Amino acid sequence: MLSIKNLSKEFPVEKGLFSRSNSTVKAVQNVSFDIKKNKVLGLVGESGSGKSTLGKTIMKLLNPTRGKIFFDNEEITQYNKRKMINVRKKLQMIFQDPFASLNPRKNIFDTLSEPILVHKLMDKKNIKDYLIKIIKDVGLNEESLSRFPHEFSGGQRQRIGIARALVLKPEFIIADEPVSALDVSIQAQVLNLLEQIRDSYNLTMIFISHDLSVIEYFCDSVAVMYLGHIVEMAPTKDLFNNPKHSYTKALLSAVPKVKSKNRNKIIIKGDIPSPINPPSGCVFRTRCPNPTHDCKEGNIEMGLIEVSPGHWVDQCCVNCG
Amino acid sequence: MNRNKIILKRFLLNKGSAIGGIFLIVIIIGAVFAPVIAPYNWNAVDTGPRLSPPSLSYLFGTDIHGRDVFSRIVYGARYSLSVGVISVLFGIIAGSTFGITIAYIGGRVDIIGSRIIDVMFGFPSFLLSLLVVAIIGVGLWNVVFAVGLASIPHFARIIRSAALQVKEQPYIEAGINLGFGNLRIMFGHILPNIFPIIIVIATMDLGGAIISIASLSFLGLGAQPPEPEWGAMLSSGREYMRYAPWTMIYPGLFLFLTVMSVNLLGDRLSQALDARQSINRGKA
Amino acid sequence: MRNTLEVKDLNTYFKSDYGSIKALENISFYIKEGEVLALVGESGSGKTVTSLSIMGLLPPNGFIEKGKIALLTKNNTQINILELSEKKLNQIRGNDVSMVFQEPMTCLNPTMTVGSQIIEVIINHKNISFSAAKKEMIELLKLVEIPEPEQRSTEYPHQLSGGMRQRIMISIALACEPKLIIADEPTTALDVTIQAQLLDLLKKLKNSLVSKTSILFITHNLGIVREIADRIIVMYAGNIVEEGKVSEVFNKPLHPYTIGLIQSLPEFNIENRKKIQPIPGNVPNMNNLPSGCNFNPRCYLVKESCKIQKPDLAKISESRKSRCFEYKQLI
Repeated sequence: MLSIKNLSKEFPVEKGLFSRSNSTVKAVQNVSFDIKKNKVLGLVGESGSGKSTLGKTIMKLLNPTRGKIFFDNEEITQYNKRKMINVRKKLQMIFQDPFASLNPRKNIFDTLSEPILVHKLMDKKNIKDYLIKIIKDVGLNEESLSRFPHEFSGGQRQRIGIARALVLKPEFIIADEPVSALDVSIQAQVLNLLEQIRDSYNLTMIFISHDLSVIEYFCDSVAVMYLGHIVEMAPTKDLFNNPKHSYTKALLSAVPKVKSKNRNKIIIKGDIPSPINPPSGCVFRTRCPNPTHDCKEGNIEMGLIEVSPGHWVDQCCVNCG
Repeated sequence: MNRNKIILKRFLLNKGSAIGGIFLIVIIIGAVFAPVIAPYNWNAVDTGPRLSPPSLSYLFGTDIHGRDVFSRIVYGARYSLSVGVISVLFGIIAGSTFGITIAYIGGRVDIIGSRIIDVMFGFPSFLLSLLVVAIIGVGLWNVVFAVGLASIPHFARIIRSAALQVKEQPYIEAGINLGFGNLRIMFGHILPNIFPIIIVIATMDLGGAIISIASLSFLGLGAQPPEPEWGAMLSSGREYMRYAPWTMIYPGLFLFLTVMSVNLLGDRLSQALDARQSINRGKA
Repeated sequence: MRNTLEVKDLNTYFKSDYGSIKALENISFYIKEGEVLALVGESGSGKTVTSLSIMGLLPPNGFIEKGKIALLTKNNTQINILELSEKKLNQIRGNDVSMVFQEPMTCLNPTMTVGSQIIEVIINHKNISFSAAKKEMIELLKLVEIPEPEQRSTEYPHQLSGGMRQRIMISIALACEPKLIIADEPTTALDVTIQAQLLDLLKKLKNSLVSKTSILFITHNLGIVREIADRIIVMYAGNIVEEGKVSEVFNKPLHPYTIGLIQSLPEFNIENRKKIQPIPGNVPNMNNLPSGCNFNPRCYLVKESCKIQKPDLAKISESRKSRCFEYKQLI
């Protein structure tokens, strides 16, 4: 349903009237993947990984620097704002911060009905019943529609954010850290809700998060990102039971778990490099716990290799074994 | 207790806003009901002995033309308040449109727009108003236009930064995501959210606008005689200051009190709205 | 061996436009010398208010109604923090008790080098020369595993990464070898791999510190609790609802809220191949608490008696306590 080829997004560092910027923030580098209908792809990574930027670039909230985006068999890479309007009905986003993602000056009814009116999806008289159904689908009652965002808790606001994404009857939703700002018990409620709507609205999703447990629970396949590159991508069970890339292994062992299992804790040293000046060759080589000579020198270019069906690993770690 | 009641409570309980509020209400009532309150028409000459001191029949005395100063003050409220408000409105509307537009479009447009604002700031606003008056001529409404024009960079700059902040919020991104057009986002989403700031700077500048217009009238460039604008009255009363000080004292006093009340209210308003922002965020 | 910290019947309130709101009700707990106690709760549970009450850092509209907070100082005397003057409190802060906050960027002075900030704390409490303090500062930086400490100490906070800054915060907290460190969500703002580094560091420090420093570790992340804490206290809506050793509580939780929290974890449900069963409802507003047990509207074990009477924190065994009428069902 969604297909990305060699997508890159870079931001210029200096912005000026006449100055030309030589350095760029290499937020997303050369990302490619396909997502089939009704599947959920998880994007996981730490700060600087580029996962959020990737999500926004796919949505065309940011313009890609290089590469192609294919949505529902249409190439939308070069679509301008007008052409995107039709696409936007099918491709929607859920945002991270429940406190800032709703317009504080509009009540919920207005917030939810505005997109319908803009796209002229239905007559005014049908809107109210439609919105009542949607607001109930996300677990809130009818009178929520007349209230304002500040009257709701974080979890409830996130539900409203989900409702807003559903209003245009999308087929594809990108959820950018939808539960990261919520308490554990509310997180559970919202995850449950996302599961329900995924099934009842027949959605295909990209789920962006830094929380590996949530990704493991929710997604069908996972792509691990580091400094703008995908370093490993596989169906969820494969990735978590059999990680192949050094970074994935370190990431998995770093997550504190309640039911502790015997595992070797891999502590990687140092900080994440700046995306303005990423290491040459394999971007992870500066922190890799067991690099070979070639890795360290930066001789190996990055690129994914399929090591087993559906399981892709960056070639630097494939060579290490 | 819902939050509006809380804000009202905080607002009213404060001495500054109470005093300012009461005075301003008195002035506004005076302005609106001038024909009823003022014993004489503001233009009625020789209603009594010229330059007579304040008495029961002439509460603030009479001026050189025998006009009742009290009546002129009351009618003058209409002038001084309305011109202040209109000039600020003009500046706000123009400044908001400009500020929001360049903030939203960003990039080169924003840079050029900000430079334009900076250039306009290079002129002290008073001089700018003088320049405009020099070009278009004297008169009360010309001065209103000039003062309004000179206030545009000030408003535009503040509104631009407020708009920039709002633009970064996810709900604006969400709007773009949902296919909303630029105009809808700028004026349907960004504008309502910077409205509190706009109101605050408008009220805070209202005092300044009234003074500027009064000053220009004092210099003879604004209200022309016999219009009872307080600044003009100050000017014409100057000659008789020694032996008929009431012709100057009262216009000056009312200018001072009005501007002070407006400033007090504006100050309190901004504090009350700050409170609302923090209540809005769920922390009281 | 006496306890480093003993809190008895702490009641904290906040004044607001709605009147006085009770944030903490009868909080009582202790921390032994050298142990790490985890204080777990969600937003609105009162865990941060607890730490602020102990440190005397409540905002102006907060006040402590009654209670006793007994701290064992470095010269082995027990003092009641609530009875101290502001001057005496300042002597203790940084010296006997220190705090590590969640967001190091706002807690470090951006206009001073990190080295001088550490030295400032040392000189404030110890009577030693500047050069001696500087030596100690370098040793501290080595202790928290900052590479090239001499170079790093001359840098400003904004030149360091989040993980580095948090290490600086920890070194400031350790500077005077306090008896108690209160760490309020110290790793929440950090990336997972950096968090792992810091937790590893804290474990090493805990085992090696000569002065038997105790740590009150506040978090909402149960995984971290498992990694680093000896005992755990679970808070809900201003009350302590469960207390016990970490291994005991996680193996057999004795309060429906604790059970609900554990079952809300994706980790738990992946293992048991279940769909998440979240705790229904929301945390109550502190000025609108339900009658009876604070948790009863959301509790799956609720009985009529729970809605009328509030359970006490009952002592079940030497180390375990639970505030629930029905805990016996869970044993």
